[in-house]
Amino acid sequence: MSKREILFVEAIREALREEMRRDEAVFLMGEDLRIWGAPLGQTKGIWDEFGDKRVLDTPISEMGFIGAGAGAAALGSRPVVELMFIDFFGIAGEQIFNQAPKLRYMFGGRMKVPMVIRTLIGAGMSAAAHHSSSAYSIIAHMPGWKCVIPSNPYDAKGLLKTAIRDDDPVMYFEHKMLLNTKGEAPEEEYTIPLGEAAIKREGEDATVVALAWMVHKALKAADTLSEEGINIEVIDPRTIVPLDKKTIINSVKKTGRLVVVDEDHERCGLSAELSAIVAEEAFDSLKAPIKRVATPTVPIPFSPVLEDAVIPNEDRIIKAVKEVTSYKASK
Amino acid sequence: MEINKEKLLEMYRGMFVIRHFETKTKELFAGGKIPGFVHLYSGEEGVAVGVCSALRKDDYIGSTHRGHGHCIAKGGDVKYIMAELYGRETGCCRGKGGSMHIADFDVGIMGASGIVGGSIPLITGAALHFKYKETDQVAVAFFGDGATNQGSFHESINLAAIWDLPILYVCENNKYAESTSISSVMRVKTVADRAEAYGVPGITVDGNDVVAVYEAASDAVERARKGKGPTLLECETCRHHGHFEGDSGTYRTKEMVEECKKRCPIKRLGKFLEDEGFATKQEIEDIEKDVEREIAEAIEFADKSPWPKPEDALKDVFVTPYY
Ligand SMILES: Cc1ncc(C[n+]2csc(CCOP(=O)(O)OP(=O)(O)O)c2C)c(N)n1
Ligand SMILES: [Mg+2]
Repeated sequence: MSKREILFVEAIREALREEMRRDEAVFLMGEDLRIWGAPLGQTKGIWDEFGDKRVLDTPISEMGFIGAGAGAAALGSRPVVELMFIDFFGIAGEQIFNQAPKLRYMFGGRMKVPMVIRTLIGAGMSAAAHHSSSAYSIIAHMPGWKCVIPSNPYDAKGLLKTAIRDDDPVMYFEHKMLLNTKGEAPEEEYTIPLGEAAIKREGEDATVVALAWMVHKALKAADTLSEEGINIEVIDPRTIVPLDKKTIINSVKKTGRLVVVDEDHERCGLSAELSAIVAEEAFDSLKAPIKRVATPTVPIPFSPVLEDAVIPNEDRIIKAVKEVTSYKASK
Repeated sequence: MEINKEKLLEMYRGMFVIRHFETKTKELFAGGKIPGFVHLYSGEEGVAVGVCSALRKDDYIGSTHRGHGHCIAKGGDVKYIMAELYGRETGCCRGKGGSMHIADFDVGIMGASGIVGGSIPLITGAALHFKYKETDQVAVAFFGDGATNQGSFHESINLAAIWDLPILYVCENNKYAESTSISSVMRVKTVADRAEAYGVPGITVDGNDVVAVYEAASDAVERARKGKGPTLLECETCRHHGHFEGDSGTYRTKEMVEECKKRCPIKRLGKFLEDEGFATKQEIEDIEKDVEREIAEAIEFADKSPWPKPEDALKDVFVTPYY
């Protein structure tokens, strides 16, 4: 395979373009996709190639166009719909929670809804409480959505292509702090299956599970820790529905310790879910209590000082790893 | 309607405060002093000032992502608004809200929203509260043309119509929602046309004519105070800058922006004041100097203000602290 570096945002554009060329049923729908190319350029240039028919600019009517996407998908279209920021899910909540993901089940499995929603997540830009959420835990909590959360351009492209080809509703989360990061991705066509975690770094002292932006923070923490002789294994699940439990469990069986790093809120969040799975399925291997490094359950504040105080960072990850690696049972 | 010199000069000052505040905000954002997303109100001052000049201090407004102008016009202190944009502890929301979430209930600012259409139901609730309490206060919902495609707009105005709530729905029609022109996402000709569907009066005024806005708003406010229900007031306007700071603005030609700047509501009122003998050039310049001093003080205040304490990030989720 050829070596090549591309931006995360280019990976998204390439995946969209390739799938639109491959399959006439694929079209894009959302706010400001044409001239603007979406708020961070994710669809830039696509309208120039495919025109009005395949790229629909919508009014600011999230419930309407997301529901319409699901309806069109139910009859065989394959819309890729943009919900500009995940924080806006409340407006489309009825269609996102009650319609799109439940239709197939309610109707006895006799139809399918092959729609993708692409949406921006994450903090780091002082964008405050209405533009900084992660919220994938809420989506994953509801039955019916597959959830893809890539951390690098290679995964972003391969997983988006798979998501578009998947026959179920898929929510695809783009972290805003990653869109301008670079990474290797071959020119040649490839896809990545949903439900396969990536082991980003091998280690034996503790398992650290992280997604999206947090993968990068965990890897930095790993560098610092290794200087002190602590070697962590960093696992990026890449998709949380379906979830590659096996890779996580096997790692914990090796290391005996788990730290879950999660930008989503701590209460009832993904970090709780992953901790529960490991407690249930790898209890005998655990040498220390599981630790969570998550965002406290408060709206994301505006001021950089406050935002930094709530979003997990390297220091918090390092501290948590040291706690689990130095843990001694009291009895 | 009789309109006196004092009111006219007050409106001039109000618009100039907003303009100068935004000009400085633009510079401060570019210089890295103000973080986050910033949507400037420059060019639309005639709307906020015209409408808020028809209100009392105890009336309430609901604002938008483009909200600095609303908050200043309603009587928000520029010091505390600037400190909020800086993310400082002294900001009107203690640094938790920022540009898109300014509120000050003490002067009737019920809050801006980062969600387009998000504040319309809330301020409709303020009107419901006034009616329930049998006060004669009035509420004003500010929102853009783009927001009128949200369900929240349609549901709210219908509620207000059937309950005769004391509220004005003020649409700032700057013809664009980000890069999307309103004519491409709305089949009726004007936003005011939408009022008919709800049995509410719909009026379109030139938003660059602050006096016309003031007069139309005054009529609608009187209607609302008398218990005769809501009005949809569409103000035609345009923004001088991009959608937010950083927008390349390629969807509008240079000529369109130049044309927009020519219709500046501040220049227009200034000319009117001089032509009609309400004020001399000197009087106008004195006002502007005074405003520049006031904004400079606000910036200094923000600059010298302390950052919030990190632990405060966990406060104020609930009234009864538990976290
Ligand atoms: C629910 C929701 N959808 C989309 C956005 C992104 N967005 C922010 S401002 C804006 C355009 C709003 O247009 P308009 O209501 O006309 O107000 P203007 O910006 O022109 O003042 C959009 C689409 C948002 N903040 N909230
Ligand atoms: Mg607009």
